[in-house]
Amino acid sequence: MSKIHVPTMAEMIAKGKTPDVLFWVGCAGSFDQRAQKITKAFIKILHHFNINYAVLGGEEMCTGDPARRAGNEMVFQMMAQQNIAILNGYEVKKIVTACPHCFNTLKNEYPELGGTYEVIHHTQFLQKLINEGKIKLQGGGSFKGKHITFHDSCYLGRANNEYEAPRFLLEKLDAELVEMKRSRENGMCCGAGGAQIFKEAEKGNAEVHFERADQALATHAKVIAVSCPFCTLMITDGVKNREKEDEVKVMDVAELIAEAEDL
Amino acid sequence: MQVVLQILFALVLLGALWLFSKRIKFIRRNILLGKDDKSRNDNSAKRWQQVALFAFGQKKMFKRMWPALLHFVVYAGFILINIEVLEIVIDGIFGTHRIFAPLLGAFYPVFISFFEILAVGVFIACIIFLWRRNVTKVQRFHKREMKGWPTLDANLILIFEIILVGALLKMNALDQVLQAKGAEHYVQTGNFLVSQSLTPLFEGWSISTLVVFERTLWWIHILGILFFLNYVTYSKHLHIMLAFPNSYYADLDTPKGTMQNMPEIQNEVAMMMNPDAAFDDNAPPPPERFGAKDVSDLSWKNLLDAYSCTECGRCTAVCPANNTGKQLSPRKIMMDTRDRVEELGAGIDKNGKDYNDGKSLIGDYISHEELRACTTCNACVEECPVNINPLDIILKLRRHMIMDEAQSPNEWNVMFGNVENNMAPWAFPADDRFNWANNLETKKDNA
Repeated sequence: MSKIHVPTMAEMIAKGKTPDVLFWVGCAGSFDQRAQKITKAFIKILHHFNINYAVLGGEEMCTGDPARRAGNEMVFQMMAQQNIAILNGYEVKKIVTACPHCFNTLKNEYPELGGTYEVIHHTQFLQKLINEGKIKLQGGGSFKGKHITFHDSCYLGRANNEYEAPRFLLEKLDAELVEMKRSRENGMCCGAGGAQIFKEAEKGNAEVHFERADQALATHAKVIAVSCPFCTLMITDGVKNREKEDEVKVMDVAELIAEAEDL
Repeated sequence: MQVVLQILFALVLLGALWLFSKRIKFIRRNILLGKDDKSRNDNSAKRWQQVALFAFGQKKMFKRMWPALLHFVVYAGFILINIEVLEIVIDGIFGTHRIFAPLLGAFYPVFISFFEILAVGVFIACIIFLWRRNVTKVQRFHKREMKGWPTLDANLILIFEIILVGALLKMNALDQVLQAKGAEHYVQTGNFLVSQSLTPLFEGWSISTLVVFERTLWWIHILGILFFLNYVTYSKHLHIMLAFPNSYYADLDTPKGTMQNMPEIQNEVAMMMNPDAAFDDNAPPPPERFGAKDVSDLSWKNLLDAYSCTECGRCTAVCPANNTGKQLSPRKIMMDTRDRVEELGAGIDKNGKDYNDGKSLIGDYISHEELRACTTCNACVEECPVNINPLDIILKLRRHMIMDEAQSPNEWNVMFGNVENNMAPWAFPADDRFNWANNLETKKDNA
């Protein structure tokens, strides 16, 4: 076991260094215990493959996505403008994030407010490094040949047309991808988006995340791979609802890679 | 007698076209009650490509192969049989009979036979569609917003098309019998592929009876088409026209996840954060309201979307909120928007342009409960065969609900407060944000 020191933007600049990429952690990845594991897994990958990265640390704020989608543009603008001031202050050029909601907001909504960066999702980031030969995975470890299903996050998939990057990584694990009936463009939402995760669902006859988890369980895969911290929380809850949490794991693609690489 | 019929025909034709143009003007005016949100006239090459793919090619329909094929037959039939209507119109005005026959010569029966094959296709497709709607009861056709008129409308149009193509085929059969009997005016055209098999039904009839029936069917056919022309403008079938402009004006390359910016709030916040900044003289004046309360607060594209809706319900069938029994249905959002703009437009016609009936899209048509339920997953947007964006309307209404009406569920108010004060949607102190990095260990160091 060796310790990892996570470099912040502030200390890099103080040392006169410029990171190649800023890792935007996001609120879920920073505060939620389950989502923190995804953050840590991705940090381990960055560290292991000697990526020159930094985080904002305490200077990062919510992108404003949940406020904007709930209809509160005021709060969104306050967050966005403060974040942009910080990012521009550090002259950030490239951002990688493990949260598709942050990804979408940073990539598509900040440019109009004066914050233009190259923004990529962590699955795209890893795909690119592998394709460029800069990192080489050891193979799938315990996931080799295992049945894995993949739940598309709405904000990576439909919102930004990225369906391949996470699947590419699952392929690199030599896992057997079993698709759900609703996948890719037709994938069903986990129920968290549009600020739903921050309130009780409206009255209905079922829970969205239970439905989606049931669809994933119907594939009989032993791992439900996800690419979003909010999907992770929702689907995990849905798996617990069926008391399958001991048999079926819900894991972010970064966690799968970190585990396969034994990091 | 012939001249009287010609004049009568011309009058009916002009009357139908006049009613149609009046209705189209009304719809156009209603659509333009919406705001001009962004330029949609750029990149016409790409826009025409969208028209070719989504409207002509019906690309998205083909996600479901069988309905797509049947729908394509009805659509192709509709477009192509209209060429024959042209002949009917010319004959009607000039008192001629089958004026294209001498012009096309031996090709004429091939031409008509082709339409007849299409007509049979339309006939079969409409029967299957009626079956799907009323016997097998495809779920999405029976949601709450489909009760009453929308269901009747869908059935009426199918029955109507069956009657129209039936009239066409029988008319052609009678014509061939009359030709064979050497009746006056009935030019020799050669046999038509489908209707020739119907001729034995009428062979025993006298020429005068045949003429009366043939003429009656001819009138039924053209009157039916002129009625249909006007009927579609009151029906979901308006999509046969509006799918084209709607595909043309649809968003081009904007990723679906992008929400429209609100420059007025952007400026206000910029000013708040930097009080020293000089006032931007070009800053837009503070708006009357935030987001959309009524249809006139939406964009004209939102309203064009509403009029283009085919009520097919594919959006609702994939909506996670609707799938789990919530009130929200993207199709209902579109139907409500259309019904409201129709109501408002009629009121304006009666009472002048500043007419206010005190009603609004929020509240009188769409409830807060519906608006709250949306996960913004874009499934409805992805699914729509004619490029409608229900999510854009939902989000605009939400902005009004939250910022003007302050009708936010308490949990959302808590979340807003947390974002503002703790820089995260949860009630964790901002200072703890980086705690996850403490004591982080790895089994393997650098590769």
